[in-house]
Amino acid sequence: MSLVTALEKLDRRWIFLTIGLLVLLPLLFPLALPLYVSPPVRSFVEAVDSIPDGSRVLMSCDYDPGSIPEMVPMTRTALRHLLDKKCKIVITVLWNGGPGLVDRIVRQVVEHEYPDRQYGVDYVNLGYKAGDEAVMVLMGQGIVNAFPRDYHGNDTRTMPIMQGVRDYTSFPMLVNISGGYPGTKEWVQQVQARFHLPMVAGVTAVSAPEYYPYLQSHQILGLLGGMAGAAEYEKARGEKGSATRGMDAQSLAHYFVAVCILLGNVVQWSKRRRPAP
Amino acid sequence: MTLHPAPLTTPEGIGIWVGAFLTFCVLSFLYKDNPFYKLAEHLFVGVSAGYYIILNFWTVIYPNLYEPLRKAFAGHGVTERTGMFAAELGDYRGWLLFPAVLGLLLFTRLFGRIGWLSRWSLAVIIGVYVGIQTTGFAQGDLVAQVQASLQPLWTGKLGSSLNAIIFTLGLVTSLLFFFFSREHKGALGVASRIGVFFLMIGFGAGYGYTVMSRVSLLIGRFQFLLEDWLGIVR
Amino acid sequence: MKRELPLFITAVVGLLMILSFFVPHQAVSVPSDFLQQCALILRAFGYVLGGVNVLLVNFDGIYKRQPGWVYKIVLVTTLIATVVVGAVEGPGFLNPHTRSKWIYDNIYSNMQATMFALLAFFIASAAFRAFRIRTTEAGLLAVAALIVMLGRVPLSNALTNWLPEWARLQSLQEWIMVFPQNAAKRAILMGAALGVMATGLRVILGLERAYLGGED
Repeated sequence: MSLVTALEKLDRRWIFLTIGLLVLLPLLFPLALPLYVSPPVRSFVEAVDSIPDGSRVLMSCDYDPGSIPEMVPMTRTALRHLLDKKCKIVITVLWNGGPGLVDRIVRQVVEHEYPDRQYGVDYVNLGYKAGDEAVMVLMGQGIVNAFPRDYHGNDTRTMPIMQGVRDYTSFPMLVNISGGYPGTKEWVQQVQARFHLPMVAGVTAVSAPEYYPYLQSHQILGLLGGMAGAAEYEKARGEKGSATRGMDAQSLAHYFVAVCILLGNVVQWSKRRRPAP
Repeated sequence: MTLHPAPLTTPEGIGIWVGAFLTFCVLSFLYKDNPFYKLAEHLFVGVSAGYYIILNFWTVIYPNLYEPLRKAFAGHGVTERTGMFAAELGDYRGWLLFPAVLGLLLFTRLFGRIGWLSRWSLAVIIGVYVGIQTTGFAQGDLVAQVQASLQPLWTGKLGSSLNAIIFTLGLVTSLLFFFFSREHKGALGVASRIGVFFLMIGFGAGYGYTVMSRVSLLIGRFQFLLEDWLGIVR
Repeated sequence: MKRELPLFITAVVGLLMILSFFVPHQAVSVPSDFLQQCALILRAFGYVLGGVNVLLVNFDGIYKRQPGWVYKIVLVTTLIATVVVGAVEGPGFLNPHTRSKWIYDNIYSNMQATMFALLAFFIASAAFRAFRIRTTEAGLLAVAALIVMLGRVPLSNALTNWLPEWARLQSLQEWIMVFPQNAAKRAILMGAALGVMATGLRVILGLERAYLGGED
């Protein structure tokens, strides 16, 4: 059987096995390939750096466990970035599947690395609210009207961090980490366009290309795209988190997919050139 | 490289082992469909549906509806004013009976003969979102994007001017491709063909990023298995 | 009452929401804010309805002994168990160390992540079996995909570092994203915005009635 015929008849499970190994092995034996910080990520870092120290910042983590590898590293690094600037953080979640995950990430970062920060004083997780864009617009009239209780069931009106918080004018910036709908696009349309709140966004790679127009129009001031964006953010901040550790595997997998595309087409062209039996 | 698997003596450790088992059940689908995968799939659907019910009850229905209504029936609200219907911005008291009734009317969909009552609730939902999205798309996606597109084609430098020309050409020709009120012939035909080329480049870039996204999801699973479950430490 | 009233409600509510964008006066802002609260609450009821519907459909499947009915027992049991456990634990049901949090962290979270992880395998398989370059357009798509896919990873940084900066894969990838790709996406964005506005007006004017469903 010729190579072309063998490839034509290839059981897809061999492809599954190959990509599985190409992802697994670099995680066990890292290649430590050099990372380069791209301009959208640099803009993200500069925008967050421009927030005055000690400000109260709104952070919306709109994702669920389906996008953990891309979103969680961005969330961790953004939290550290803001906490290093002594910012107070008000966190919301607009995805059904997200609140438990976001709370775990926030507690892991704050309780282990910033034990001097107090819940309700320096940071608060307002939790989840159904409604997508309606929640975003509702928050524009009053944050506590939309979130009368936080993630743990506490009354938000009595919390020190929420004293003086009225609407979006109480925040200098929105840091949005979003896995899809509702997410960055809706925040741009309903909040940035309507209430003119400056924002930066970290998004999944699958949706990143559609946010380049918003970046170019300065509707978002910085963009992290996928695990690569998260890894570049970690590098810019001098960290080596799970995104950085995953980039070697990402590299090999991408090259493998490229080979698959080329090989598949070589097989097709060979089939077309073969004389009919 | 040493192995430090999650302990089976704590609830968290047992949970990680359960998670690892379910991960392998789902991954077994790659070989072929099997009872372990079907079990995991149905378990996931059951847990998800139950979780969505209880989440929306405790995070929305309880704090945004039940508690304000309970206070309203006692004549109180968020502000100092007394009165069940003494509403103001953000404090709607007894008026919340309106969404409460509409919410219950949604359940009439389950009963064929009176299912049409749920249309009143749907009408409110549709009306709110249509209004919000019409203005959101108009301001955020149309006006702002047109504004940002009006850029000088000559910037003083050859490289950036060329880029600006390419960008504007791509934008205009791609927009012309979507103009279907005239047949794509002649000048419009040429312009829309150029637009197709730009659109294909856009879709190709989207495909590249999609590959990155999907692969990173697999990386995340392997990181869970290696780091959280097996505790492989280097 | 069955069709006309819902259409009227949609029109009034939709127009009020559009008006609230332009008019800050409380005669408009208070009703529109109230309606947004209503939408939140109704969406939450909608999710509960969805969950109840899943339960009823699968009860029916078990009763009628449809294929795979044994697995439906697992589905129904876990659904009810999750609801009961969450109901008993109250508003803090997702606090650390609760049973609901354990179910969320170890079952829901892991399973959802793994379901999505399967896509990596399928995208590789589809790249080999289905990605066919038969036309100029498909060729352009493939070239752009390859440059972006390879330019985004650090292995390409290492392989093309010896080239002048403009010729490196990462620079080509960035140029594609910022210029031609951006232009195409902006065109799609603007076109979609016009489409959404047109559809929104059609819904408000009662020309688009698909959401009402049914014959009567």
